[in-house]
Amino acid sequence: MAALAGSELRVTARRGENVLVTLVIPPAVLLFFASTGLLPARAGRPVDFLLPGSLALAIIAAGLVNLGIATAYERSYGVLKRLGGSPLPRWGLIGAKLVAVLGLELLQVVVLLVVAASVLGWRPGPDVSPALFVVALLLGTLAFAGLGLLLAGRLRAEATLALANGLFLAFLMVGGIVLPIDHLPAPLAAIAGVLPASALAEAFRAALGTGADGASPLLLLGAWGLGAAGLAARTFRWE
Amino acid sequence: MTGTGPALVLDGVVKRYGDRTVLGGISLTVGPGELVALLGPNGAGKTTAVEILEGYRRADGGTVRVLGIDPATGGPALKARVGLMLQGGGLDPRSTPRDALRLYARFHDGGRDPEALLETVGLAGVAGTRARRLSGGERQRLALALSLVGEPEVLILDEPTAGMDPEARRATRQLIAGLRDEGRAVLLTTHDLSDLEQLADRVAILHGGRIVADGAPAELAGGGTPRLQVRLARPPSGEELADLGAVLQAIRAGATVVVDADRAGQVRIEGVPPDPRLVAAVATWCADANLGIVELRATTASLEERYFELTGDPDASSGQPIGTAA
Repeated sequence: MAALAGSELRVTARRGENVLVTLVIPPAVLLFFASTGLLPARAGRPVDFLLPGSLALAIIAAGLVNLGIATAYERSYGVLKRLGGSPLPRWGLIGAKLVAVLGLELLQVVVLLVVAASVLGWRPGPDVSPALFVVALLLGTLAFAGLGLLLAGRLRAEATLALANGLFLAFLMVGGIVLPIDHLPAPLAAIAGVLPASALAEAFRAALGTGADGASPLLLLGAWGLGAAGLAARTFRWE
Repeated sequence: MTGTGPALVLDGVVKRYGDRTVLGGISLTVGPGELVALLGPNGAGKTTAVEILEGYRRADGGTVRVLGIDPATGGPALKARVGLMLQGGGLDPRSTPRDALRLYARFHDGGRDPEALLETVGLAGVAGTRARRLSGGERQRLALALSLVGEPEVLILDEPTAGMDPEARRATRQLIAGLRDEGRAVLLTTHDLSDLEQLADRVAILHGGRIVADGAPAELAGGGTPRLQVRLARPPSGEELADLGAVLQAIRAGATVVVDADRAGQVRIEGVPPDPRLVAAVATWCADANLGIVELRATTASLEERYFELTGDPDASSGQPIGTAA
């Protein structure tokens, strides 16, 4: 399992587009929106809003985009089928993918925190909660990796590629990541409020000590996680 | 290296997809040290049969055993003892032969050394090349190498020589024969009949969801009736062929004249033994019609011809009777 997780990470690192979407775009979004002053004036500094949003975007990139698209192509190439004929048990394959995603996310979090602290002068708020951060990250991973595998397990690889990228862009715009959802038009704001993206961004805001409420976004995120991962497990086709 | 019982057993195996019966109760065994080729037209159910043995699909009826264990429930312990080669390979195009072999070696306790295996299948020179840049034959050899990583007792190979040039095909045949000689049980599917005559201990022909023949290649080929085969300098006219029919009718009842559709000028006389009287009659007919004889041969059917007889594939059939002497 460790071997497969390592192999997954090596393959991710080799592909320019994977590195771009998981490790370059989230810090770029953070730096760009923090430096433009596009953000509506609020209490607190832009980075306090944007860093949790960028962290959420990183989790979306790792689970939905990177894992989803990679798994969809592995399925279409018969790689999953061939692995199914090896002595590696099915839980080993899923565990390897999970370990690879979590390893990638750890790197993403470090990059974002370092960029925010060194370039934007970010410091954690007074009631920062590492435990809440870890729970938010795990539930967010469950939700977005679940969504990625839900697409990958049923759709053609090309359709998964298009849909995962489309959702990534939609979450970036209306998922409370760079723009507070109360600035969206009312009908859009209502939808945005129940998206897993806004739930994850809000949970990260609470965890980093901005005084936001953490409980209700975590509940929403947990529901998305159980729903997406459960549905993916029920509908996934290995070939 | 194995026990005494058969390594692979299909016994009365039935498989349906909806209303369509793909396998109508097939039985086949492969013993240790035996190489059996499963042959049949596209859609005959070869891959379905193979995938039932590999545990990918469950049979709707009958008994399936791999090393005495039901592959549908055998789990990782059984999979460690079986080497697979899937159609299409199942290779990640971004992975290299060395990476792929190292990865699979980690799935097995004491798997074969990846570097030695690369050498064995002739991929040492492209060990660091991404699979997408490999030729079709190189990808096939990598898929074969992956099946060998765990020193399997049983090999199930779906079209192992597809897409190979003649040289690679020959090397692969020798490799597979060597694996059989080491005592492993090998079941392979193929479209290439030359694979069979040179490689297989037994050939099973699957057609319409049934095994229509199962035996040694020579036995299957020799099972056909002997015939006289004549290659002429030019294709005979319809009138000349009618004359031949008449000549044969005079000397021997039951002779059938067959003209090859795709090989103009080739005529076969079937249904009667190709004895000297028959040869003399045909030679006389040639002399009368002023037809040069390029080749004249008394022979039994080749495996290929027997295959087409058994599978009755009209498009692939090598000839059509033009008349029967009563």
